[in-house]
Amino acid sequence: MLLFVEQFLNGLQFGLLLFLLAAGLTLVFGIMDLVNLAHGSFYMLGAYFAATFTALTGSFIGGVVLALAATLLVGMAVEVIAMRRLYRRDHLDHVLATFGLILFFNELVRLIWGPAGMNLTLPSWLNTSVEILPDVQYSMYRLSIIVVALAVAIALYLIVMRTRVGMLIRAGASNREMISALGINIKLLYTFVFGVGAALAGLAGLMQAAILTAQIGMGENILILAFVVIIIGGIGSIRGAFIAAIFVGLIDTVGRAFLPDLLKLALSPAAAATAAPALSSMLIYLVMAIILVVRPAGLFPAPGSR
Amino acid sequence: MRKTLVAAGALLALAAGPGITSAMAQQKSVKIGFVSTFSGPTAVIGNDMRNSFELALDHIGRKMGGLPVEVVYEDDQQKPEVGKQKTEKLIESDKVDFVVGYIWSNVLLASLKPVVDSKTFLVIANAGPSQVAGELCSPYVFSTSWNNDQTPQAIGHYMNQKGVKSVYLLGPNYAAGKDMLAGVASTFKGKVIGQDLTKWPDQLDFSAELTKVKAAKPDAVFVFYPGAAGVQFLNQYAQAGLKGTIPLYTAFTIDELSLPRQKELALGVPGAQEWVNDLPNETNKKYVADYRAKYKSRPSFYGAQSYDAVGLINSAVVAVKGDLSKKDAMRDEMRKANFKSVRGPFKYGNNHVPIQNFYLQDVVKDGDELVLKTVATIVKDSQDEHHKKCPMKW
Repeated sequence: MLLFVEQFLNGLQFGLLLFLLAAGLTLVFGIMDLVNLAHGSFYMLGAYFAATFTALTGSFIGGVVLALAATLLVGMAVEVIAMRRLYRRDHLDHVLATFGLILFFNELVRLIWGPAGMNLTLPSWLNTSVEILPDVQYSMYRLSIIVVALAVAIALYLIVMRTRVGMLIRAGASNREMISALGINIKLLYTFVFGVGAALAGLAGLMQAAILTAQIGMGENILILAFVVIIIGGIGSIRGAFIAAIFVGLIDTVGRAFLPDLLKLALSPAAAATAAPALSSMLIYLVMAIILVVRPAGLFPAPGSR
Repeated sequence: MRKTLVAAGALLALAAGPGITSAMAQQKSVKIGFVSTFSGPTAVIGNDMRNSFELALDHIGRKMGGLPVEVVYEDDQQKPEVGKQKTEKLIESDKVDFVVGYIWSNVLLASLKPVVDSKTFLVIANAGPSQVAGELCSPYVFSTSWNNDQTPQAIGHYMNQKGVKSVYLLGPNYAAGKDMLAGVASTFKGKVIGQDLTKWPDQLDFSAELTKVKAAKPDAVFVFYPGAAGVQFLNQYAQAGLKGTIPLYTAFTIDELSLPRQKELALGVPGAQEWVNDLPNETNKKYVADYRAKYKSRPSFYGAQSYDAVGLINSAVVAVKGDLSKKDAMRDEMRKANFKSVRGPFKYGNNHVPIQNFYLQDVVKDGDELVLKTVATIVKDSQDEHHKKCPMKW
């Protein structure tokens, strides 16, 4: 039971992290109709910025704030310099151009920071474990990821659902021509949304960096999962991304945690040991396929999208 | 729906992954194709191998048996299918005389057939899948490293010495990971109370596995996480509160390339290795000193094995006085291991895998720096078990 609680938290933490990444992706895709493969690059940049600024300022919080600001700026710059030229083109061009951006950012990071990767060192108050239930110790840092990501999710929900900017974002998602006809500066809105999406990816990256270290190309693998999340959740829907991300995080972790033991009941130990990791890494895609059969537009398709 | 399809397509494009290539060609020389990983998070390993290979060539004046040496480096991107492609390119279009390198067992296994079929000599500078030591052994394939299970077997012996009664095994789910875990289990006399293979190379978060370790309460944990994954694992082991609680034993997880990033987390974590930078023979002293002078960093065992590959190839080319068509004579010469290895003298088994010592290495403080140090010899003249399945006799 205690084991289950801890594995549940592990899954929740991974899911929330995926949500941060998927939120930006789904907004950009839903509102601007732009496929952005380079979203993972912002995740990587967030990690490298945080490692650099933390080392420079000597303060973890200071490093994180600076890193978020820096990824926001890079995101907005990328939108103004590159993405604006792509909105009118079709999806294949988006894929080609943003794939090029992945290569560009990977090489840029190699030039600036070298190929070996970087560590983000945690302050001692985060590098401990806390007793969350009697006899259950959990990593303080992973717990703080859960808290931060939940806070961001709530803030994002409130902004999108309760503020004027959020209203414009939702309007942009359903009918772009109409809101520009009403005199809204859609260009500025796009730059803003893209920058915020980049900063969210950066936040996910820098939080992950303390666990996984900053590596070149770290964004590509996790971006595959983020795409799975937005496909399951329904493109353009923050609520869908949230639920799907937690769902995917839990399936992934619980699969890795309990599948080997389950398979041992039916198979020989040797066969179970080989089959379990393979099967648990397939599990997410199986679930995605099943959901797409039942609901082809995802669980919560944004209103107005087809 | 349309967007969903596009997103699914994007997912596929990502899975295919980005990559880079290089090439060149010439005549009347010893041509060597070198396959290793030069891009992505494990490129540091490939660079260390290339640096050591280049240094070894410098040490012999970049000539073998009077012929100039040409090297073509190819990046396998740590992917079996890319490794196979690059190997085929080296054999068919560059027409190399030797193929050298291979960090990863799965990449090597995919690339083996084209090399063996073309009767090109293959010198493996790291990967040691059990199949190549056993039923897939070939007269044209030599190793300057080890078989995968030898190193963890040494650690199994060491855990017995330390009185460990139960162990939990963790490693990546690919050819080498399976060999490594089987290796520890074969010599460890206590009980293996749990084991997990994780998705390789993209699973870097070990939270679910570490939680299981905590619940199983073993005496010790054995891990095999090569390259950058070793940094991430030690990081998370400490964050999960396991460092200092459950002793950790390793194979290929802490080396000169990962240590500068593992830092204090690696202190007091033992590992086994066939080569450590402080081995006291003359060849090794020269290798380590020149490497440090030229590249301003310390070489790793990956580099040491690549350095030895040059020695082995050179011995064969010199023996036939540069007549590379005498393949049988070259093979017979290589079987003698008649060159000065940085690990000291060793012999080849019938399967062309070294019969060699394994040492206990520990991380110690040397001034401000953390360094790897040989503490003891765990096994003398270890030979892998799989040689019995290899039909070659000589």
